[in-house]
Amino acid sequence: MTSTSLDVERIRKDFPVLSRELPGGRRLVYLDSGNSSQKPAPVVETVREHLSMHYSNVGRAMHVLGAESTEAYESARDKVAAFIGAPSRDEVIFTKNASEALNLVAYSFGQHLWGPGGTGDAGADPRFALGPGDEVVISEMEHHSNIVPWQLLVQRTGATLKWFGVTDDGRLDLSDLPQLITERTKIVSIAHQSNVLGTVNPVADVLRRAREVGALVMLDASQSVPHHPVNVAELGVDFVACTGHKMLGPSGIGVLWGRAELLEAMPPFMGGGEMIEAVWMDHSTYAPIPHKFEAGTPPIVEAIGLGAAVDYLQGVGMAAVETHERELTAYALEALREVPTLRLIGPDSLERRGATLSFTLEGIHPHDVGQILDDQFGIAVRVGHHCARPLHLRFGIPATTRASFYLYNTTGEIDALVRGLHHVQKVFA
Amino acid sequence: MIGESMYQELILEHYKHPQGRGLREPYDAEVHHVNPTCGDEITLRVKLGDGGKVEDVSYEGQGCSISQAAASVLHELATGSSVEETLSVVDEFTRLMQGRGQVEADEDVLGDAVAFAGVAKFPARVKCALLSWMAYKDAVVRSAS
Repeated sequence: MTSTSLDVERIRKDFPVLSRELPGGRRLVYLDSGNSSQKPAPVVETVREHLSMHYSNVGRAMHVLGAESTEAYESARDKVAAFIGAPSRDEVIFTKNASEALNLVAYSFGQHLWGPGGTGDAGADPRFALGPGDEVVISEMEHHSNIVPWQLLVQRTGATLKWFGVTDDGRLDLSDLPQLITERTKIVSIAHQSNVLGTVNPVADVLRRAREVGALVMLDASQSVPHHPVNVAELGVDFVACTGHKMLGPSGIGVLWGRAELLEAMPPFMGGGEMIEAVWMDHSTYAPIPHKFEAGTPPIVEAIGLGAAVDYLQGVGMAAVETHERELTAYALEALREVPTLRLIGPDSLERRGATLSFTLEGIHPHDVGQILDDQFGIAVRVGHHCARPLHLRFGIPATTRASFYLYNTTGEIDALVRGLHHVQKVFA
Repeated sequence: MIGESMYQELILEHYKHPQGRGLREPYDAEVHHVNPTCGDEITLRVKLGDGGKVEDVSYEGQGCSISQAAASVLHELATGSSVEETLSVVDEFTRLMQGRGQVEADEDVLGDAVAFAGVAKFPARVKCALLSWMAYKDAVVRSAS
């Protein structure tokens, strides 16, 4: 397979669920990968094989199974590190999901306010000292997981939360960039790609301004890493969060990538087994990264499954995945234009956008759209506010219907969606 | 197919032509209920008259066809009826909705609301149907106090 083309029929054969029948004999049309992706047979098989034959705890068991589990778990870290272009494997922290990765970073700020003793010297780094007068910048298009942790942070510390607006065509509003990101800004955390609009944000522009004022930059890359070639070193940011279940891997495994010297300066997030160096009754010292941030028994098979997912994606080639999704998006933008009263929420051109299309139909609530698409046509879309309520408020709508594509989707499935939408309109005519 | 049974003609009619919609004066109690999982919401007012009579149920809201049609049907059933009667309809409606599609609907009690029987088979949508009915029950309690 070349790096720019993809044999979608062959790929579909790797996903057992795509050939299953739904009740009533309907074929599944899965257009909800932005929510969670399906899993190819090699990922399922890797998880099954590990659980069946190699399973034990990692990092501490002095026997064959312990060694095999540790080897598989740590090799998944190597795979993820290579996949996202991390300069060092130690910069890849396994978390439960992207939310935990975002919370971990948010938790690192402002601990100097707790006074000495709490987490020792860790947290004393001035880059993480956040208090009244300091600012955190996010955007109006964020998923709740990149909003709420920062709200909690500013509530704890007395700092101020600010945010980028969103333009009518679904772009980050950069018009007040110099006023928004200032000398007071400690961290900027934005989506790499919006989970509703599909918009790919101009990271370089934001980063340039953040660097001028000495602010850190975090990307929620949950919607970009599964769909585009992403290289964290080339992006030049400080932290990146993503999640396994949206990139063909199991749920329960997420990734935080951070620059080593920052991760080393940060206080631990959770305490427990494996994150320590030595423990006394009244204090502890901590393991080096990445293990400092991996307290307790980690999601072992989930990480190993993610490693298999990364292998699968690299086998196909991320450039090919991106090209395929781009073709689907072009086709869908055109096809949806034919549906009367359909209002696309997000960029209506291919420029800097991914394969996520959210829309409304006049007079028909998205929950009714989703229900009829599912019941009549076996089409799985997501309906609601997609954990991005402020963005929907911005557009003055309570909810949208969202179709999101992945490497296994076809133009035929987009045709099915359009037929389904016409039927929905007939029911509510 | 499966879902078509949920979108009964009567439900679609009420959705397209809601009865008694709009907030009216005077009223004894006003409540605002939301369904956080889908964002549906309703503001509902109740005006009670002499002898426990329901003089008016007025409402304003947003949401899917099921939640909005349920409010419209509620308005029709409750207005002009007695509080006691309507609360027994609410109880029967709740029993039907929470019956996972296994409960036989009592059409004599429910009247038009029997059209929602199909919704009970869709656990995710039961809350949509119940939103305005729960709001009504709440408003009646507040009117009495």
